[in-house]
Amino acid sequence: MSKFKKKKKGQPAISTASLPDIVFMLLFFFMVITVMRKNDLKIDAPRLPSATEVKKLEHKSLVSTIYVGKAKDKGKYGSSYNRIQLNDKIATPDDVPAFILNEREKVSDAEIPFMTTSIKADKESNVGTLTDIRLKLRDVNALKLSLSTQKGSSISK
Amino acid sequence: MARRENPEINAGSMADIAFLLLIFFLVTTTMDVDSGISKKLAEKPPADYDPPKIKEKNLFQISINRNNELFVDGDVMELKDLKAAATKFIDNGGGIGNPVNGVPGKACDYCAGDKSETSSDHPNKAIISIESDRATEYGTYVTVQNELLGAYSDLRNKLCQKKYGMSFSELEKSYIDSGRKDESLKSKIVDIKSSYPQIITDLDPTGTK
Repeated sequence: MSKFKKKKKGQPAISTASLPDIVFMLLFFFMVITVMRKNDLKIDAPRLPSATEVKKLEHKSLVSTIYVGKAKDKGKYGSSYNRIQLNDKIATPDDVPAFILNEREKVSDAEIPFMTTSIKADKESNVGTLTDIRLKLRDVNALKLSLSTQKGSSISK
Repeated sequence: MARRENPEINAGSMADIAFLLLIFFLVTTTMDVDSGISKKLAEKPPADYDPPKIKEKNLFQISINRNNELFVDGDVMELKDLKAAATKFIDNGGGIGNPVNGVPGKACDYCAGDKSETSSDHPNKAIISIESDRATEYGTYVTVQNELLGAYSDLRNKLCQKKYGMSFSELEKSYIDSGRKDESLKSKIVDIKSSYPQIITDLDPTGTK
């Protein structure tokens, strides 16, 4: 009978001493992969159009982002979808060259030809706005452009 | 005097602190990589630039009006038919191509099109032009670009499958996996790319500012 008596003893508590280690490991993982957004959005987060033939943007440091969409401050900027945000300000297409030149100062000369401009525009914004930006980019020879999209097909077949 | 022992610091709350930080980073992390349709803009033409003359049959004219409707070579077309029409146009191969690296142009021997007299001569002569109204929705514009790129990548995949036994996207991937060093893969990629070069031009938009 002693065999059965032994079993009745409660199991020893599981040691939680290594819990902090596990949590720290996860913590460091997330700390390393986190990229903080550089600037606050002054426009509503753009609803990106969807596309399938996309290329990934590599080298985050060489990408300068231009946002196009509806301004959050509707009293000041109206409710059209064609507001352009550069850095953390609402701007006009005329400010694009200065923005690009400013971005170029942050990287070394050898890397300038590899710089890409990523346009994150809302799908309801107008092509005219895009063209204005494109012409300005051409003026300062920033010729690599990426139209930011999300994955998926927008055509119902 | 009795020496007092340093009491041990209680590390029990360490896990709580770490959890707090962990949850903060979990919430702020975004995993998605930026991706998009990449375009290379043309350089600014000099003031006295004389645009080359292009035969109309080598031009695939797409225009999008302010109601997001599509006109291709003068006819209304639905978005879902665009890819097939573009593929047919690019792959027609009805004539002699442009000279490449000094070698005089020759007929397209890999094209699977119907060699029509009224469509493009050669993939390297086939130009797709997109004209859109200023008020066109950006979403439609991106979709059109996407369909055209889709047509090109289908053609490239098909040719690559025939020539090298794998699709073009697989070829590109294995080149990147090799650390962009494998010269034989690179020459294959260049060969496929020059067989079907992407020639898409954006005209200045119509409509008032």
